[in-house]
Amino acid sequence: MTASVTGGEKTASLESGLMEAYEIRSLYFRYGASRSASRPWVLEDLNCSIQCGEIFTIVGPNGSGKTSLLKLLARIVPVQHGSIMLYGQPLRELQQEDVARSVAYVPQDTQQIFPFTVSETVLMGRFPHRHRARWDFGFGWESQDDRAVAQQAMKTMNVWHLAKRPVTELSGGERQRVIIARALAQNPRVLMLDEPTAFLDLQYQIESCALLCRLKQERGLTIVMVSHDLNLASQYSDRILLLDRGRLVRLGGPQDVIEPEVLEAVYRCRVLVDEHPVSKLPRVTLPGRTTGFGAGNLSH
Amino acid sequence: MTSSVERARASADMLDLPKDPARLPDPVDHGMFEASSLTVSRWMAIIGMLAGCTVFSAVICLQFGAEYIRLNDILRILVGSIGDSVTDAETTATILFHVRVPRIVLGFLAGCSLASVGVALQALLRNPLADPYVLGVSSGAALGVSIAVLFGVGTTILTMSALPLCGFLGGLAALAIVYRMAVSSERLPVHSVLLAGVILNAVFSALIMFITSIMDPNRSFGMMAWLMGSLTAPAYPALIVLAIYVFACFGLLLRHARALNIMTSGDEPARSLGLDTERTKRYTLLLSALLTGAVVSYSGMIGFIGMVIPHAVRLGVGADHRLLMPAAALVGGAFLMVSDTVARTVLSPSELPVGILTALVGGPFFVYLLAWRKDRMS
Repeated sequence: MTASVTGGEKTASLESGLMEAYEIRSLYFRYGASRSASRPWVLEDLNCSIQCGEIFTIVGPNGSGKTSLLKLLARIVPVQHGSIMLYGQPLRELQQEDVARSVAYVPQDTQQIFPFTVSETVLMGRFPHRHRARWDFGFGWESQDDRAVAQQAMKTMNVWHLAKRPVTELSGGERQRVIIARALAQNPRVLMLDEPTAFLDLQYQIESCALLCRLKQERGLTIVMVSHDLNLASQYSDRILLLDRGRLVRLGGPQDVIEPEVLEAVYRCRVLVDEHPVSKLPRVTLPGRTTGFGAGNLSH
Repeated sequence: MTSSVERARASADMLDLPKDPARLPDPVDHGMFEASSLTVSRWMAIIGMLAGCTVFSAVICLQFGAEYIRLNDILRILVGSIGDSVTDAETTATILFHVRVPRIVLGFLAGCSLASVGVALQALLRNPLADPYVLGVSSGAALGVSIAVLFGVGTTILTMSALPLCGFLGGLAALAIVYRMAVSSERLPVHSVLLAGVILNAVFSALIMFITSIMDPNRSFGMMAWLMGSLTAPAYPALIVLAIYVFACFGLLLRHARALNIMTSGDEPARSLGLDTERTKRYTLLLSALLTGAVVSYSGMIGFIGMVIPHAVRLGVGADHRLLMPAAALVGGAFLMVSDTVARTVLSPSELPVGILTALVGGPFFVYLLAWRKDRMS
């Protein structure tokens, strides 16, 4: 199943009965709505699709539109030009709640200043699934099922033992896991993460990547993430989308995208790409000081 | 035991979780959830207890004033069996029903509104220092009311509702300005909101001072007393209208309690959790302005209740707004009731404006919070 998706060929995925989670057609986006026609496009003429059950990583230099794309997909910012289809339905026509029932978004860094406990925070993930009873004054008390799902999510993310602690007292890594647990409590089909490993130490980076793979396998989750870490993208993604200044540069498996010429053109610096000794996937390293070349003597 | 396993399996079916028996979700550990999140029973217990305390303190407050009335006499008057000396009992009854009860009710309503507005603004701006007074909403409302008074809208019965309306418009304008000033960068930095409030407060105070200074001296004295925050109870009809108004607004605000929970996690995360954040913001700001406007038009600028009370109550009952909002309203109401009783008793027979008392308590608390936050946040 994984193999058929990895190549990114549409035909292969259709044959294996997979449908597209997202279909993006000639998407244009800029901040500041229609009034500011002078502003540059953040995303320009983007066409691609995201398959069900794949790990799809968006990479690119700073300001290439990665996070904007993620926010568009999660409907946090509205679609302006072009279209995004979520499971065959135009995103523009869906309600925020409908989207939240199938798409969960984990921001890069969540600041919570009020002392909500971990279990209260995770139960917030049940918000889009709340029942509207007339008598409960809009309070939407959490049901047994809400608790079941939240408990499952907390156990999956290994934060169940923290349930009573206020989120304000947790370490960065713990808080990140709580937020992912909240996202899982939404019972989504697509999980989006903005730089999931940015604030994590090596151990947690590996742990959370292993976890993403596990979620993909066990729950069939589609995972869309933005990352600056090309190695991480290469090792764990089924497909990688490389953006530069809002345009699609490459889309495909790690071997197709992580190529020295492509990266040098996009990032405007020298990189070394070799083969990872274990996974045989491409590995990116910076040229060391002794190799004698740097960004300076590159002619672009 | 079997039933819980069956239930787990049933919920696994419904929720589309893996059906592999080894991966069945564990039965829900309700004990853990009861200890770590809000439940209906805890809500009932805490709100019941606080309501009881509020009634108790109201009864205590009834006894104090320029003249001490014993609980016995109060009860006797309430039951209707008048005591030994008829004239004496009549005076006591008059004091009780026409001076103290309206004043206590007004104190409760004002405290309720300020505390619940504080809770809402804190959640909305993600800032534990937000408060209608600090943010300039109160002074906006006060400016609205003073303009109305200057142009002679006001004291008559017919225009009973005009002053709260002016207060509302002033408060709304202030909120809109603070919000616009503070929202410039998407993340609503804590200190820029406070700064916006401080600036607005300064400008509005200057305008209010200007209005007071051009007023005729007889009226400007009353105006000053009102501005310092003093509870001057209106007659019963107006009081009842105010009570209905406050409870209606409070009820509508409370309906957004769960949405406010979601709002505290930030604008974009809240949207990704399925909340219509713009709608929530609009409603909450509107209701906050409505409540503040009404309260300010009756009781002037009573500061810091909207900040101190939510903060203290949050330490006790947790952060969930479904409990925090009504609990803070009850505690705020009781607190203002008691403060007002103290304010009118300590210097008796003359009265201290209650706003002075709350500012004396709240100001240092604000400084403490600001200092404490500096090393935790930013």
